[in-house]
Amino acid sequence: MAKIGVFICHCGENIGAKVDCTKLAAAMGEHPGVAVSVEYKYFCSDPGQESVKRAIRDNNLTGVVVAACSPRMHEATFRKACAEAGLNPYLCEIANIREQCSWVHTDSDQATEKAMDITRSMVEKVKRNNKLQPIEVPVTRRALVIGGGIAGIQAALDIANAGQEVVLVEREPTLGGHMAQLSETFPTLDCSQCIMTPRMVEAAQHPKIRLLTYAEIESVDGYIGNFSVRVRMKSRYVDIDKCTGCGDCITKCPAKKISSEFDCGLGKRTAIYTPFAQSVPNIPVIDKANCIYFKNGKCKICAKTCQCDAINFDMEDTFEDLEIGAIVVATGFQVQNNTMYGEYGYGKYPDVINGLQFERLASASGPTAGKILRPSDGVEPQTVVFIQCAGSRDPSKGVRYCSKICCMYTAKHAMLYSHKVHGGKTHIFYMDIRAAGKGYDEFSRRAIEDDEAAYLRGRVSKVWQENGKLMVRGVDTLLGRPVEIAADMVVLATAIIAQPDAKEFAKTIGIGYDEYGFYNEAHLKLRPVESSTAGVFLAGACQSPKDIPDSVAQASATASKVLALFSKDMLEREPVVATNNEATCAGCWGCVLACPYNAIEQKDILDRSGKVIKRVASVNPGLCQGCGTCVTFCRSNSLDLAGFTEKQIFAEVMGL
Amino acid sequence: MPMSETFEPEIIAFVCTYCTYAGADLAGTSRLKYAPNVRIIRLPCTGRISPMFILKALQKGADGVLISGCHPGDCHFTHGNYHARRRWMVFRALLDFIGIPPERVKYSWISAAEGVKFAEFINSVTEDIRKLGPFEQYSQLIEQTQAPASL
Repeated sequence: MAKIGVFICHCGENIGAKVDCTKLAAAMGEHPGVAVSVEYKYFCSDPGQESVKRAIRDNNLTGVVVAACSPRMHEATFRKACAEAGLNPYLCEIANIREQCSWVHTDSDQATEKAMDITRSMVEKVKRNNKLQPIEVPVTRRALVIGGGIAGIQAALDIANAGQEVVLVEREPTLGGHMAQLSETFPTLDCSQCIMTPRMVEAAQHPKIRLLTYAEIESVDGYIGNFSVRVRMKSRYVDIDKCTGCGDCITKCPAKKISSEFDCGLGKRTAIYTPFAQSVPNIPVIDKANCIYFKNGKCKICAKTCQCDAINFDMEDTFEDLEIGAIVVATGFQVQNNTMYGEYGYGKYPDVINGLQFERLASASGPTAGKILRPSDGVEPQTVVFIQCAGSRDPSKGVRYCSKICCMYTAKHAMLYSHKVHGGKTHIFYMDIRAAGKGYDEFSRRAIEDDEAAYLRGRVSKVWQENGKLMVRGVDTLLGRPVEIAADMVVLATAIIAQPDAKEFAKTIGIGYDEYGFYNEAHLKLRPVESSTAGVFLAGACQSPKDIPDSVAQASATASKVLALFSKDMLEREPVVATNNEATCAGCWGCVLACPYNAIEQKDILDRSGKVIKRVASVNPGLCQGCGTCVTFCRSNSLDLAGFTEKQIFAEVMGL
Repeated sequence: MPMSETFEPEIIAFVCTYCTYAGADLAGTSRLKYAPNVRIIRLPCTGRISPMFILKALQKGADGVLISGCHPGDCHFTHGNYHARRRWMVFRALLDFIGIPPERVKYSWISAAEGVKFAEFINSVTEDIRKLGPFEQYSQLIEQTQAPASL
């Protein structure tokens, strides 16, 4: 006889204010098989969990339903509490009466009625739950870090320094990511290259880190602890083992006028190139699209110059197959193209640039060797206008969210400019100054007070060229009057967006993403570095726009998650797996076709003499991921899915 | 039922936990408001949804059923939703054949990021089913052939 305990949580007022919990508890108390039905303000709290445990022990409960928030929030909490009280944790189910009831309905009676249905349905399900044991799977102690920016490097170093193997994959020819492009960094103004390049070298030389640059992830299969990853090694046309990085080929290459991606189009590079002088590894690649030999069939000057015979025009993409236990995704971000703002003239006037281009101008490794010179004529600008939120917080043309770093880098740009161009004037159009962070507000105040950046609260309506100047018309909303500034250069604080192929890539590795293409964390507050896929973690700006300290912190957090995973010999997995009734299985193999994981094998049933009497399907619980597609496919109803059995689901429907 | 009273349909939804269930949670955390007529049943994947569940829901007295999962290509289990889609294509024709109007069963893709889409979908389905009215045809059939046996 079922003895179910129903625990109805008020969640403060989140549920209690909309759903009549007393009525709900009384109604559930009347339901057949329910032994205990109680309500409490916060069941997830310590006294709340204790009361659940006490009720289980005192009443010998055979099942528990907690009517509270989403199971995605506290299922694990309550299952653990049940286990501590001696009840098999899989005999506990959550009725979601917060996210899917009290928060989304306005009428109290209707919400209460719906909460009753949801809870009753769960009671009916839990009556049919079975005791399950977690499944143990082995773990491969090797991490894959995807993306060689600051987040990826930090994660790789932290994991490797703890003694575990790491494969670091970067799709560009060098490590470094966006941070290598930056000039100085806020709020300390230390040079980005000076703090970045030593870490790049450390990662490349670390005995536990295997570095694969100019490589992309082709496919990811498997599951936590046991991923199989295929990496495409793009052909560099330069033999990485032979090349010494002398750079002679780069000097001699005749195709010299190719716009440099690293310099955001402000500088030029050759067809055989390293993105920048401090590239790691310091091995060039040939840009096939721009190489004279690949275009015309003649040239090969680089090959003739190379004394190590490292150039190989016949090189083809190769593949590496890796066995991986955990994946850190640190694929970073891009800056938005501002050409959709016709009024700002980006793309039309060469002296309207974006923030990342300004970084290259201000950087000692940049095209102007750190001198602020305007792109059109190389003259030092005397007046610079910065426009913040060029794309951010603009639902109509840009993105709805705040890009988080622009307020700070604009303040930094104004400071760098005033340090480099004495007497130069800066005007900053802003909506709000969002300078939350250690030392951040002090930093932005310094830009205003010490470096005389003129902040104007308002938007810019138009930028146009007049007598060799860029005329900027905007509004100063604090003074309530229009402003017109004759500027020499305009810098747009462009929105940070997800990588253009972020969604495609998410599908490759099987993680979730939001409407903008940023990767979804398992829980925004409590599991911020885990993806919804077990064993895949998120670091840096691929999850949301963030600055360097946050990216590094998040990267170290992923490393600790990976190391926790690697600290065990065996991993415990949810026992939601398919099971087969061999007595009724007809051996049609429909399930084999349906299974995405090749988890179903053919098994011979032998008689005593060893003769095969029947062939049936057999589920390998280590490989089964518990989607249940095979169960629905099964013609003889032999397969079932633990935790979501036919009986349980029919009972849920009938319980509504 | 008097004509003045608006008909409140009972709708049962079968959703996958990775996309649409999470989308429904997002609608909650975003405090969107939608019609209270839908009861959600959570499954690991739309691939787990058997046509029998749909029939069971209608047998239970639901006026409408909806199924929703990850967008094509986004399935957490790589292709459970494709199986579900193929199954639905076949089952829809069968529904028509056995006399259940296919417009009482709705199919949709809603991702974990689409809280707004979820709320709008629930509202539009509720409105559509409300227009269709109660599924009396089926309840009459049940009455005539005895009530379904309880589990």
